[in-house]
Amino acid sequence: MTARMDKRFADVAAEGRPVLVTYFMGGDPDFETSVAIMKALPKAGADVIELGMPFSDPMADGPAIQLAGQRSLKGGQTLAKTLEIARRFREEDQRTPIVLMGYYNPIYIYGVDRFLTDALAAGIDGLIVVDLPPEMDDELCIPALDKGINFIRLATPTTDDRRLPKVLENTTGFVYYVSMNGITGSALPDPSLIAGAVGRIKGHTNLPVCVGFGVKTAEHARAIGASADGVVVGTAIVNQIASSLTEEGKATDATVPGVEALVRGLSAGVRSARLAAAE
Amino acid sequence: MNQAPKLNSFRGGPDEDGRFGIFGGRFVAETLMPLILDLQDEWNKAKDDPAFKAELAHLGAHYIGRPSPLYFAERLTAELGGAKIYFKREELNHTGSHKINNCIGQILLAKRMGKTRIIAETGAGQHGVASATVAARFGLPCVVYMGATDVERQAPNVFRMKLLGAEVKPVTAGSGTLKDAMNEALRDWVTNVDNTYYLIGTAAGPHPYPEMVRDFQAVIGQEAKEQMLAAEGRLPDLVVAAVGGGSNAIGIFHPFLDDESVKIVGVEAGGRGIEGDEHCASITAGSPGVLHGNRTYLLQDGDGQIKEGHSISAGLDYPGIGPEHAWLNDVGRVEYVPIMDHEALEAFQTLTRLEGIIPALEPSHALAEVIKRAPKMGKDEIILMNLSGRGDKDIFTVGKLLGMGQ
Repeated sequence: MTARMDKRFADVAAEGRPVLVTYFMGGDPDFETSVAIMKALPKAGADVIELGMPFSDPMADGPAIQLAGQRSLKGGQTLAKTLEIARRFREEDQRTPIVLMGYYNPIYIYGVDRFLTDALAAGIDGLIVVDLPPEMDDELCIPALDKGINFIRLATPTTDDRRLPKVLENTTGFVYYVSMNGITGSALPDPSLIAGAVGRIKGHTNLPVCVGFGVKTAEHARAIGASADGVVVGTAIVNQIASSLTEEGKATDATVPGVEALVRGLSAGVRSARLAAAE
Repeated sequence: MNQAPKLNSFRGGPDEDGRFGIFGGRFVAETLMPLILDLQDEWNKAKDDPAFKAELAHLGAHYIGRPSPLYFAERLTAELGGAKIYFKREELNHTGSHKINNCIGQILLAKRMGKTRIIAETGAGQHGVASATVAARFGLPCVVYMGATDVERQAPNVFRMKLLGAEVKPVTAGSGTLKDAMNEALRDWVTNVDNTYYLIGTAAGPHPYPEMVRDFQAVIGQEAKEQMLAAEGRLPDLVVAAVGGGSNAIGIFHPFLDDESVKIVGVEAGGRGIEGDEHCASITAGSPGVLHGNRTYLLQDGDGQIKEGHSISAGLDYPGIGPEHAWLNDVGRVEYVPIMDHEALEAFQTLTRLEGIIPALEPSHALAEVIKRAPKMGKDEIILMNLSGRGDKDIFTVGKLLGMGQ
C-alpha cells in the first residue's frame, strides 16, 4: 500500500544519503504557478513533496506559512484544487511520493471518505494533519490506513519515551521529527541535540525519521542529514516564493527558477551529508 | 470511547475523551498533547482535593466577592408587565465580570503544576483583565494576546491590563479579533511549553478546558439556584444568558440542566443580521467543524475555511461556541437564538435608565431576549438572567453609536 513511499526511501538510502523532503503551499501564489513549482521540485533534487493545504487558522505555523496560506486562499484555492495540483503533477511524475500537509477542518468539511477516495485518485501517498494527535485516530488516520494512504505523525521534543509508542502506533511512511517546540520557521537548534532525539525515536521504530522545522540552508540540511533519514525544508522555500512576488503578490518570471535554485542547493547539501558524517 | 454521557442526565458530560456527543475532543498539535494530558491529570486531582476547594472558596469570598447578589429588577419587571425578572449580578465581581471565577481556579492549577508564566487570549478584554489580575495577585508574569481591532475598541481594558503589569500583544493576523488572538496564544504555548500555562477564558478549546472552565463557572448557577429558592421558594421558569464562547452561559445553565421545569435559552450575537456574514451566531447559522482544539458549531465556508464574524460586542465576536453548548443544542435541552446589534444596544439603554445598572454589551444581548419574552409570560412566572459583566468598558463604543458628544 505504501509502495511509492517505501521505494523512494529505500532507493535513497541505498545511495547512502538522506531524503530531501520539500514543502510548499498549494495555490501560493496561484494555481498554475503551484503546478509549475511542484513539477520543478523533483528536477531540482527533491525526493518527497509535501503539498500544503491552506487553512484560515494555521495554529502551528509561523508568519511565513500563514501568509502563504492567505495568498493561496485569496487566489481562490480550495481543497479540491489542491488535489488537482497533485493530479496534474502525476501526469508527468509517477515516482515522487506526495504528502498532503495541513489541518483537519477542510478535510472534515470535504468529507473524510470522499477526500480519501479523491486523494488516492490524485496520486497522494500520505497525509500529515497537524491537529489530529493519536487520541483522534478514529477521525482520519484509521480510515486513511484502511485505504492504503500513509498517515505520517509528528514527534516533538515533548513526545517523551512514555508517549512515543502511542505516537508511533499508527504511523506509517516516515516519522516527522519536529526539531523544536514551536511553530514552523523558527531558528534551528543544535544538530547534536537533534541527532540524540533521532536516535531515541529510532529506538522505538524501524520507520525512517525525517527532521524539520528550522532547516533553511544547504549547510543545515547537511548537518541534520548526518543523523536523520531525511530532511524537511518548508519555510525557506515558502520565503523564496514570497520574495519573488510582485507587490500585489503575483508570480514573476523569477518565482519558479528561484525555488529550483534553492532546492538544488539543498539537494547538494543532503548529498554531502553522509560524507560529512564520515569525515 | 465515544460513549454518551450518563443517561437520564444532561450533566454527565464529557466522556473520558472529552466528548459531548460528537462535539469536543482534543484536536491539537502533538507538541501540546503531553501538556493537555498533564493538565487533565492535575485537574482530576485538584477537583477532589479539599485543600484546593477550600482555597478556591476562600478566594471566591474574599477576593472576588462571592456570592454575587441575586437581584429582583422591580422597575424593569413593572415596565415589561410580565414575568418577574431576576439578575445574577456577576458584573459586581472583582474586575467586573464572571471571567475572574475561572481565572482564579486556573491560576491555582498553574501554581500546582509549577508553571511560572501565564498567557491568555482576550476579545472584549474582560478575560485579559481577569488574567492580568490573578497573575498580579500570584506574582506571575502574564502575556495577553488581543486582536488589534479589539485593542482599539476596548482601549480602557488594554490600559487596565497594562497597569496590572501584563504585556498586551496586539495580533494583526486575520481580522485582528478573538479567533486570531487564540491562534497566536496557541503559537506561544507550543513554543514555550516548559514553563507556560495557557489560561483559556471560555468553555472551549481542547479537553479538559471546556469541562474545567464550566466547573469553575458553575458556581454562578449553584449560587443562583440557592438564592432563588430562598427568595421565591422555587426554581425559575426560564434561565437566559448570552453566548460567545459560552462560559458565563454554561456556568449558570449547568446546575439547572436536569431541572425539567426550567426552560433554558442561550443568546448568540446576531450582529447586523444572520442572513449575511455580519454576525457571530455559530449555532443558529453555522455548522459543525474543528477549530481551536474542539469540534463544535463554527462559522465557515463550503471549503472549511473559518469566517470572520461580526458583533457590536467584542466578547461575542468569535466564530465558534463551546462544545457543550453545541451538544445541548443538538439534544434539544437548550434553545439558542440570535439578538441583533441594535436590539442589544436598546436593551443596554433600557437597563441603564430603568435600573441604574450599566451592563456590558454581551449580557445586553441576553437582556434583549428577556425583554422580548417577559411580556408574554405570566406575572407569576420567573426569569433568571446572568448579568455577566458591567458596561464601563463599552461606554465609548456605545457613546459613538448613539452619537453622543463630549
